[in-house]
Amino acid sequence: MGADPVSQMPETTKRYVARSREIAARTLGDETMIMSAKESSLFTLNGTATAIWNAADGVTPLGEIIDRHVCEEFDVSRDEALRDAEELVAELEKRGLLIVSEAPMPEAK
Amino acid sequence: MSSEQFATAPPSLMQSLGAKAMRLGIPLAAQIDITYRCNERCIHCYLDHEDHGEMTTAEILDVLDQLASAGVFFLTISGGEIFMRRDFFEILDRARALRFCVKLKTNGVMIHEEDAKRLAEAAIDSVQISIYSHRPEVHDRITKLPGSLKKSVEAARLLRKHGIKVFFANVLMKGNSGDYRGVQQLAADNDVNFSIDPTLTPMMDGNRDVLDLSITPEELHAVFRDPTLVPEEENMCAPPAGPLGEEDAHVTLPCSAGHTACYVSPYGDVYPCVSFPLPSGNLRKQKFIDIWKHSPQLEEVRSITVSQLQGCSTCVHGSSCTRCPGLAYMEGNMRGPSTIDCEKSFARTGVPSVNLERKKSGAVSGLVQIQTIVGIAPASSSAIA
Repeated sequence: MGADPVSQMPETTKRYVARSREIAARTLGDETMIMSAKESSLFTLNGTATAIWNAADGVTPLGEIIDRHVCEEFDVSRDEALRDAEELVAELEKRGLLIVSEAPMPEAK
Repeated sequence: MSSEQFATAPPSLMQSLGAKAMRLGIPLAAQIDITYRCNERCIHCYLDHEDHGEMTTAEILDVLDQLASAGVFFLTISGGEIFMRRDFFEILDRARALRFCVKLKTNGVMIHEEDAKRLAEAAIDSVQISIYSHRPEVHDRITKLPGSLKKSVEAARLLRKHGIKVFFANVLMKGNSGDYRGVQQLAADNDVNFSIDPTLTPMMDGNRDVLDLSITPEELHAVFRDPTLVPEEENMCAPPAGPLGEEDAHVTLPCSAGHTACYVSPYGDVYPCVSFPLPSGNLRKQKFIDIWKHSPQLEEVRSITVSQLQGCSTCVHGSSCTRCPGLAYMEGNMRGPSTIDCEKSFARTGVPSVNLERKKSGAVSGLVQIQTIVGIAPASSSAIA
């Protein structure tokens, strides 16, 4: 048996991300609109951010999302994708749009 | 990836998204009326409140699934009175699970503490409650439901207590036209937004008798010049800027109805807009996406540009008119003028439209939406839609 791929990831990529239930969202073409009722604010995500957003099911590790949905689909290096994804996740979490956890969140799926 | 991957919306972002939806042929906004039944009997209402076979719970949930798949983001759930449906929360929960941005329209009479709590948990965008006067004897005479003002205001308080954004919608008509400042104050006292609407809509079957209740042209003239509603009167009431240029007139579309917006009735009928009752298909017979993409009626609506509007294309109000194609349709011709809007332009500017000059008689009520965000936005943010 091979090594567990999740255990080989850097700490940050082992985290799990889930879309908040408090927001409204819809993909329009290659971007995603997100409305936060609490903030009365409308946000948009570009194509790569949308790929992460759509895959943020609470049970897939962030690293796996980056590998599958960013590096492969957008042809960017893992380092670059990781750096930008971390920035994106931090921003979305700060605004209450995304929930980040050290453990899987199956209830968010 | 880049730092532009995530953007907070600038003021023009909605326009940009609207333009993109138009380009992609996506219905960005939809209103679904889940019932026409109502516990009030407002004297100006355009609906038939009898139940002629409204959609079942399963049918409505399926429609919501279809609307989400088609790309609808802004979903208004209205009626009738939405809380008359015992399955209302089941419908709302599905709508939120589909991540619609949900706005509710209600009279609020049936909202109690537990309902307000559930609405807050559902993280809806906002609730609009119809308030006709700050005086119970006036409001209740219009709704024909004794005690309704007290209950509607109490609902607003409960919703605000749970952090939900609330709007008071104040429709003006004979009998309450002098009370809007009282409603404005009532809204401010309860930390609620306020909007005023001097428009009465003909019945969906085309009956226009209800328009007899419209406020007078003089009252409409005064509304446009009330600084508490229109902080920039010089702009609002400026002389008309003339018709659209020929090139613009060939590409400018009359409004979003049927282009990026649509309406679904409790019976599954699809229309371009709630104010544009052109039957375009029925969801009991066809899938929404098939109606949206292939309905001959919607295709006809989409084919109309300003250059084809009879009379309007050369009218001096052409570049500033808020002509409603639905009202024009109800007047008899979706390519013709909407006299209600012509009266509105006249009330604003004192300059008659081409259509009014042709008619040379009869004053009709106006159509306008004036909004102020009480206690939140600066006065200059008032908007005309």
